[in-house]
Amino acid sequence: MSSERYSLFSLLRESLRGHAGWKPAWRKASPQAAYDIVIVGGGGHGLATAYYLARRYGIRRVAVLEKGWIGNGNIGRNTTIVRSNYLLPGNAPFYECSMKLWEGLEQDINYNAMVSQRGVLNLFHNDAQRNAYIRRGNAMRLHGIDAELLDASAVRAKLPFLNFDDARFPIQGGLLQRRGGTVRHDAVAWGYARAADQLGVDIIENCEVTGITIVNGRVTGVQTSRGPIAAGKVGLACAGNSSRVAAMAGLRLPIESHVLQAFVTEGLKPFIDCVTTFGAGHFYISQSDKGGLVFGGDIDGYNSYAQRGNMPVVEDVVEGGMALMPRIGRVRLLRQWGGIMDMSMDGSPIIDRTPVEQLYLNAGWCYGGFKATPASGLCFAHLLARDEPHEVATAYRLDRFGRGAVIDEKGMGAQPNLH
Amino acid sequence: MYNIMRDHAPLPVTGPTQPMRLIQGNGIDVGRTIRFTFDDKSYTAHPGDTLASALLANGVRLVGRSFKYHRPRGILSAGPEEPNALVELRTGAWREPNTRATVAELFDGLTASSQNRWPTLAFDAMGINGVLSPVFTAGFYYKTFMWPAAFWEKIYEPIIRRAAGLGRAAEEADPDFYEKSNGFCDVLIVGSGPAGLAAAMAAATSGARVILCEQDSLPGGRLRAENILIDHRPGWTWAEATVSRLRAMPNVRIMTRSCVFARYDGGTYGVFERVSDHLAVPQPDQPRQRLWRIVARQCVVATGAIERPIVFPNNDRPGIMLAGAVRMYVNRFGVAPGRQAIVYTNNDDGLRTAADLYAAGVRIMAIVDSRQSSTHAQAVAQRTGARLFPGARIADTSGYRGVTAALIRGGNGKDCRIACDLIAVSGGWNPDIALTTHHGRRPSYSDEIAAFIPTPDEEDLHVAGVAAGTMTTSGALTEGARAGHQAAACCGFGEASSPPLAAPIVDQDESYGIVPQWHAMDAESGRRAGRAFIDFQNDVTAKDTKLAAQEGFRSVEHLKRYTTLGMATDQGKTANVNGLAFLAEVNGQSIPQTGTTLTRPPTQPVTLGTLAGPHRGLHFKPHRLPPTHQWASEQGAVFTANGLWQRAHWYPRAGETTWQDTVNREVNTVRNAVGFCDVTTLGKIDIQGPDAATFLERVYVNAWQKLPVGRARYGLMLREDGFAFDDGTTARLGENNYVMTTTTANAGPVMQHLEFCHQCLWPDMDVQVISVTDEWAQIAVAGPRSRDVLRQIVDPQYDLSNEGFGYMAAANITVCGGQSARLFRLSFSGELAYELAVPAHYGDALARLLMRVGAPYGIAPYGTEALGVMRIEKGHPAGPELNGQTTAHDLGMGRMLSTKKDFIGRTMAARAALTGPARPTLVGLRPLVAGTTLAAGAHLLPKGSPATAAFDQGWISSSAWSPTIGSWIALGFLSNGPARHGEIIAVHNPLADTITEAEIVSPVFVDPEGKRLHA
Amino acid sequence: MRLNCPHCGERSLEEFTYRGDATVRRPALDAPAESWVDYVYLRENPAGRHEEYWYHGAGCRAWLVVERDTTTHMVHGVRPAGAASENARSES
Repeated sequence: MSSERYSLFSLLRESLRGHAGWKPAWRKASPQAAYDIVIVGGGGHGLATAYYLARRYGIRRVAVLEKGWIGNGNIGRNTTIVRSNYLLPGNAPFYECSMKLWEGLEQDINYNAMVSQRGVLNLFHNDAQRNAYIRRGNAMRLHGIDAELLDASAVRAKLPFLNFDDARFPIQGGLLQRRGGTVRHDAVAWGYARAADQLGVDIIENCEVTGITIVNGRVTGVQTSRGPIAAGKVGLACAGNSSRVAAMAGLRLPIESHVLQAFVTEGLKPFIDCVTTFGAGHFYISQSDKGGLVFGGDIDGYNSYAQRGNMPVVEDVVEGGMALMPRIGRVRLLRQWGGIMDMSMDGSPIIDRTPVEQLYLNAGWCYGGFKATPASGLCFAHLLARDEPHEVATAYRLDRFGRGAVIDEKGMGAQPNLH
Repeated sequence: MYNIMRDHAPLPVTGPTQPMRLIQGNGIDVGRTIRFTFDDKSYTAHPGDTLASALLANGVRLVGRSFKYHRPRGILSAGPEEPNALVELRTGAWREPNTRATVAELFDGLTASSQNRWPTLAFDAMGINGVLSPVFTAGFYYKTFMWPAAFWEKIYEPIIRRAAGLGRAAEEADPDFYEKSNGFCDVLIVGSGPAGLAAAMAAATSGARVILCEQDSLPGGRLRAENILIDHRPGWTWAEATVSRLRAMPNVRIMTRSCVFARYDGGTYGVFERVSDHLAVPQPDQPRQRLWRIVARQCVVATGAIERPIVFPNNDRPGIMLAGAVRMYVNRFGVAPGRQAIVYTNNDDGLRTAADLYAAGVRIMAIVDSRQSSTHAQAVAQRTGARLFPGARIADTSGYRGVTAALIRGGNGKDCRIACDLIAVSGGWNPDIALTTHHGRRPSYSDEIAAFIPTPDEEDLHVAGVAAGTMTTSGALTEGARAGHQAAACCGFGEASSPPLAAPIVDQDESYGIVPQWHAMDAESGRRAGRAFIDFQNDVTAKDTKLAAQEGFRSVEHLKRYTTLGMATDQGKTANVNGLAFLAEVNGQSIPQTGTTLTRPPTQPVTLGTLAGPHRGLHFKPHRLPPTHQWASEQGAVFTANGLWQRAHWYPRAGETTWQDTVNREVNTVRNAVGFCDVTTLGKIDIQGPDAATFLERVYVNAWQKLPVGRARYGLMLREDGFAFDDGTTARLGENNYVMTTTTANAGPVMQHLEFCHQCLWPDMDVQVISVTDEWAQIAVAGPRSRDVLRQIVDPQYDLSNEGFGYMAAANITVCGGQSARLFRLSFSGELAYELAVPAHYGDALARLLMRVGAPYGIAPYGTEALGVMRIEKGHPAGPELNGQTTAHDLGMGRMLSTKKDFIGRTMAARAALTGPARPTLVGLRPLVAGTTLAAGAHLLPKGSPATAAFDQGWISSSAWSPTIGSWIALGFLSNGPARHGEIIAVHNPLADTITEAEIVSPVFVDPEGKRLHA
Repeated sequence: MRLNCPHCGERSLEEFTYRGDATVRRPALDAPAESWVDYVYLRENPAGRHEEYWYHGAGCRAWLVVERDTTTHMVHGVRPAGAASENARSES
């Protein structure tokens, strides 16, 4: 008897028999000749797309093609934060849809991804920042998203160890989304993979897409390192590499690839209870369940596919950390890494058809990719299944740049490294 | 003095203190005794000890508990790779969690505590986890704790979080300080073992500038641990002599206690120097630690190797140590880590531990050599009187708080239990290649030494010695010299072809002869066998690895992430390759087929204090102070941060009880008399050249060709994507000479933008731009009496009358009898007003002068808050309106866009979505009841509509109490706003739980006809 | 990463500000709208050699065209943008 459903009972039963009954979380599928839908990219978004295609839209002849091992992109290299504290009407419903999916994810996919709604607190340090956060918090509330404004004393009560005494930019307060928090990132990939696999989706690792077959302006399949695969529809979900893959179909995208560094310290007994972002520097932090402080800052700022960054940003981020939390000076940085972001021209994603028929694009996630994973999967599945945008993703059109309907949360314009 | 190959071994000195201390070690000073405490118990030690060597000298074996099962753990290693012996060092604000006892240098008075245990190290209640270990397998948490959903945050997670974590971060701000430094050299050498020193000598002799970094406090690397003769003397004395010679060379810098933790792009290396960690307190003005950014044209990596354990059941008990570490304790620190030792090895190097222990008087109970027949092992066994078990393995151990016996399973299958208090294990050596992989270069696997070695890297990186897989000292010396020579030659020193310096002579080459035995598990050991640990700190066992593979986590990265192998504070330095070998076996693949994980920086943990350096507290970012700052301080001004600038927010006076009183008074002063405000922070850019006007035409939306000399004009700039970028006035001071002002926030970005336009888009234009923000102190003098005040300062030949110097006039003038200045008749407040610019160093004097000559007119300084109130009263957009998301149309300036010329942003501003009337457009708002607050950030919805986003039509961007109007007023953006003046709209502020009503009005609240401006 | 500024010599990354692709050309005012959308928004974003604008803001204030490999961060060339080529200039 094998253990296909995870539960305390199955865990106890297996521990009495040496765990001999656990089966692979997902099959090591080999490519078949043809699928209804081929998803390029076995990251969080691709796997979630496949899961929702099978679960919600009943499309199960689906393959997810991954050039390496699943989850090796940004789902495995982020700072695990989930939140839906967005300002603009194009974004807020989408990220709230994602948040709601996070809230029921583990029961839905039968996998504990440790969704921890410990709160996300954005600090502000001057009147203009406060007003911008009030505007944002009010927009959230009007969208039915939770948001609270904390004054300095409320922030101090919550995080008494922040620098309130000799701060260069004193903390005035913060915008708190209590439903925000963190999720164990790798588990999201594995959980979606396992759930999709159980519904019949083929997850094909070590299968690199080398070409997109287009006949008369219409996609008919892909060429891969493991042979050609025919497909009724092809969905690209390979953020970080979107431009490279889209180029196989002759497309240029409003995207640059940039490196974003992230950091983790040695494990510590818990003392940071919510995700906290510094408003006067590039620094955000949370503490993992294992105890490490997980933090990050700004992108390095130059086009890169190298998955590593440079020292000025390391210093900039940690300076922000010490300015905000002077008690962490004797804590040690354990590891830094870099992930490649699809930085879009307005800082917002794209989930849309492309000029090539039956070729669909899910790209441009900037920093927002991890928290968007469930909704991105759902909306991309919807688009692939129904050929029309999901109601919470109607703004994420490729033609918005031509129309001027950009979704620019930061107001930085067509300069990807400033978003 | 040193302890070398005795024929007849002395017994360890026994006694009440330091029972395991030998007579001498090459790195300690037994002539002095110092004291330290561990878990509140006091011990003695000697200078040169690490906390680990001192604990071992005192017979303390139990030092810590593991992360998950809270298993008793001792000291495994003698270096930064230590996974087990983690302690909290020092106390209070100085507390350093997770400090490796093996690298903590002892000082008199040091205090250390065990961590991650409760209530005590010896009796840790969390040890119960070990009993539950059949449940707590790899990834068990992914399979449970899901029901009910709400329990995760409330029940499960808090328990897990409390149980997890290691040490405790200090609760107060770090009291020490940190520095940053830059270093430049031709050749950076990492490591001061035989290869590093030989490389340094070769490179330095050629004349190259050399920096040698050694992470340890003493140079020599493994030479400190070994009885190797170089040039017929102990290797470590050769190392010290070589370092002395190097130190004497002017082109060499030796940095000890300095770890090269990262290799960044362009030959930039991060180096972490422990300046005063070995002292009880730093000396005056001495930082605790220092961050170095070293730029090197070439780098020689001579980082040596890290020994790996063998995986066998219950291989984690205190007293089970790495064989090479044991030699380090014996030879460098003069400590015998046990009295009855078993040596377990799969290579000849491990056998040297038996020899050295024997020489130190330790009884060698057995040599377990996994190789079938080794003449070397036979010889050592014979000499040390040890029982030899060839082709054998250790099948189990016993002893809860320290190993007491080993179960040896002979090559013949027979078991034999042997008592011991020390098991020295060598599974072979892994070259320390971390730095060579930071650029993504994957290492290759060498069957010969059963380890990963670096692959040839970029041309600026050389690897030498054990780090490159060369396992003999003579090889390391030769290779180091060659690498140093080549590196210098790449920088143009010496000839690449000429032979390097003759290498020193090593008496005898060491043999290695590894036959990999990765683990001592067998099929029949089955479920009953003890846990065999691969990753000690994270308690990842052989079984966990198998289970992960069974569940499909067969890629090395999946294994790592699923089991947490290699993710502890030691980053798997002793675990990763064993885990990989295990996975390869389970997968039925070779190790190279299975792959390797790249290491990420840092190579060793680096304190955050060091990475931040001095940039914390008030020094997080520099302060920019306007020229009148000192004067404003004397006035008792309250300051506010405006970017990096500190600006006077308001100037309280006696009797004013709230800031609002003060601001109201300042506004009233300007509206009724005269006030002044330092506006130096606004960006000032001088633009000169015959094409200056054409250039302005291109960067502003409006026309500039016809602006006469002596006049200024308001200009709006767009980004190329058609959204508003910045605004300000530009004055024409001469035929080809303009001065532009920008907002404070955009002074830098506008300058950069102008340079881009000039250099990249229109390089043929004959125009030059330069920032003069810091050259001029600029003070706004505003109010009906401002002309009277200025008349006292401006030299009499200048006509300040409306006719002579009307609204928007601009001129180079002189003040105070010939002092050059610039005068602009500009007004942000809407009053008769001027901006007077004088050379920056006269700014302070100008403020004092204005106070004096303005006194008869009732002059008072005003701060940025009053400035803000008055600009809202006048409907001028500022930062909250120019937020990068608004267009000229949104700002009510759509008609400024010229249709007669090309300008930045023109085409994109015409896109469909940016031009419709439905876009939220600038309006004014007044509450129906004057005293009702209008909060910036509130949203605007039609009266009576539900409070949902579907009805959201706009928001309030700026608001203030207007003492002039006697009401709250606000600026905001409202869909179709200009057509809705007079309408009542609901102002929603759900965060404050308020809904109020306001009338939509013109954004210009005060003097809409501009009479005051032109007065 | 370090850039060899033609005016100042080799300097560290933090002295420079990045802008992006230096091969795009600002269209003429009367160019079709698509050309403008292309110019402002669409990028090749190559994995490999990339010509890009950097501004030496903490140095000589020159805009530079840097040829750099986006997969290795290796810098292959730096030249002043003004003298760059016709390529970088506006068509207007």
